[in-house]
Amino acid sequence: MLTAENTKKWMDSFYRKIEENKDYLSELDTPIGDGDHGNNMMRGMDGVKNSLAQLQDPDLKTVLKAIAMGLISKVGGASGPLYGTAFLEMAKKCSETQKVNELLSVALAGIKKRGGATEGDKTMVDVWSPVAQSNAITPKIIDDAIASTKDMQARKGRASYLGERSIGHLDPGAVSSGYLFTALLETEGTL
Amino acid sequence: MKKIINEPQHVVSEMVDGLVRSYPQYLEKIPDTEAMVRSDKDSMTGKVGIVSGGGSGHEPSHAGFVGKGMLSAAVAGQVFTSPTPDQIYAAIKAADHGKGVFLVIKNYSGDVMNFDMAKDLAELDDIKVKSIIVDDDIAVENSLYTQGRRGVAGTVLMHKLVGAAADQGATLEEIEQLAQSALANIKTIAVALSAATVPEVGKPGFTLADDEIEYGVGIHSEPGYRREKIKTSKKLVTELLEKIEKNQPLKSDHQYAVLVNGMGATPLMEQYIFSHDLLDQLEDRQIKPVFMKVGNYMTSIEMAGVSLTIFDLVDNKWLEYLNYPVETIAW
Repeated sequence: MLTAENTKKWMDSFYRKIEENKDYLSELDTPIGDGDHGNNMMRGMDGVKNSLAQLQDPDLKTVLKAIAMGLISKVGGASGPLYGTAFLEMAKKCSETQKVNELLSVALAGIKKRGGATEGDKTMVDVWSPVAQSNAITPKIIDDAIASTKDMQARKGRASYLGERSIGHLDPGAVSSGYLFTALLETEGTL
Repeated sequence: MKKIINEPQHVVSEMVDGLVRSYPQYLEKIPDTEAMVRSDKDSMTGKVGIVSGGGSGHEPSHAGFVGKGMLSAAVAGQVFTSPTPDQIYAAIKAADHGKGVFLVIKNYSGDVMNFDMAKDLAELDDIKVKSIIVDDDIAVENSLYTQGRRGVAGTVLMHKLVGAAADQGATLEEIEQLAQSALANIKTIAVALSAATVPEVGKPGFTLADDEIEYGVGIHSEPGYRREKIKTSKKLVTELLEKIEKNQPLKSDHQYAVLVNGMGATPLMEQYIFSHDLLDQLEDRQIKPVFMKVGNYMTSIEMAGVSLTIFDLVDNKWLEYLNYPVETIAW
């Protein structure tokens, strides 16, 4: 169950994971993208941190919306609108339900609609989808989902221009999404 | 990495400040953004606004084409990264003078999504917005399993056409129609000799051996369709021209506009040599371009190489638009 408090903690934890793995994410992005995913996500999480710090006693909807706007206005590229749309959809839904899997499902639908990607296209959807569909998120579900992108051929985004050459690399957006869900798992009281 | 910069993370904001301070007669910065709008506000009154933009690193695109007769505003994203919706939205607002705003977007997933979100925001404000997604790069053969063809140097010709039409008082619908019919006739293909280095990344996006080239590379170091040993300028022209011909037959009774575009690190000397060989090979086909530009228009930081754009001027009006006078930094 998400609350304003544990969602903020979730973001603190996600921030630290992005900070620790910024260079790794950019490295993953080099062979199949343009090598900036770590930098872009770091800029976005700085934006999220700043927006959240300005809120006084916010409710869950305000927190989720602030996260969305922080990401949308700072990340740029494809990841900004996709992550941003995910949190915006959760913000829209959270008055109805605070259950994580229900919120992740609407977020996933938003990502698919915004980017036009589906399962198997070697994108963040390949991590969001199995996680949103599981009733009990585990580290194994997350890790397996990330690993599954390695053998896929990219069909969306810049990696798609590589054709078969995109096979054999992890998708950077799938890996950063993995950090998001690992951070969620590690935040007490969210599940 | 060896670049004339300060902190890599400040590259874009410092570049934008440098641009607007150097050229106040053309550009001013929209406060709290990296978007720039035409300084000559009177020239936009009563006309459709034209907004373009994208990641930085393609200079003089896109701010270099802001000015009377061309773009109303341009948005500069991070290097090789689409600008964010709030910034694009600020540019749309600055470019709107009651007749609506037309967006020129290059076909990259990030650009398409961010401009789309900005369009949604503007429509909430009752600003009419229409757009064209430019996808002139013929290197991508199969768009079924990819993002589709990329938007590259042909985008500059699109800016010129829609900018001229807007300046002459065309409506938003007429501009959309013009953009769609012109797009189908603009084809571009590139060859790279070396890759670009994004400042925050610090190393080149790909590596080519000293004697290697790659055909079909995109403007963010996206891979092309073939690698081989470096060839003479004549042979490079033959390869690129034949590739274009496969997509768009070149006919002696048609009129063509040609853009030879440097990718950033290729000297004009080499671009002129390439152009000389190109004109020879077009002459072999009984074609003499009625309009030609040679130079750095849509670059890829310090990538070495050139792109060739051929625009089949099916409509006589298009040549008039290309020749229409503009007041910009870079056209």
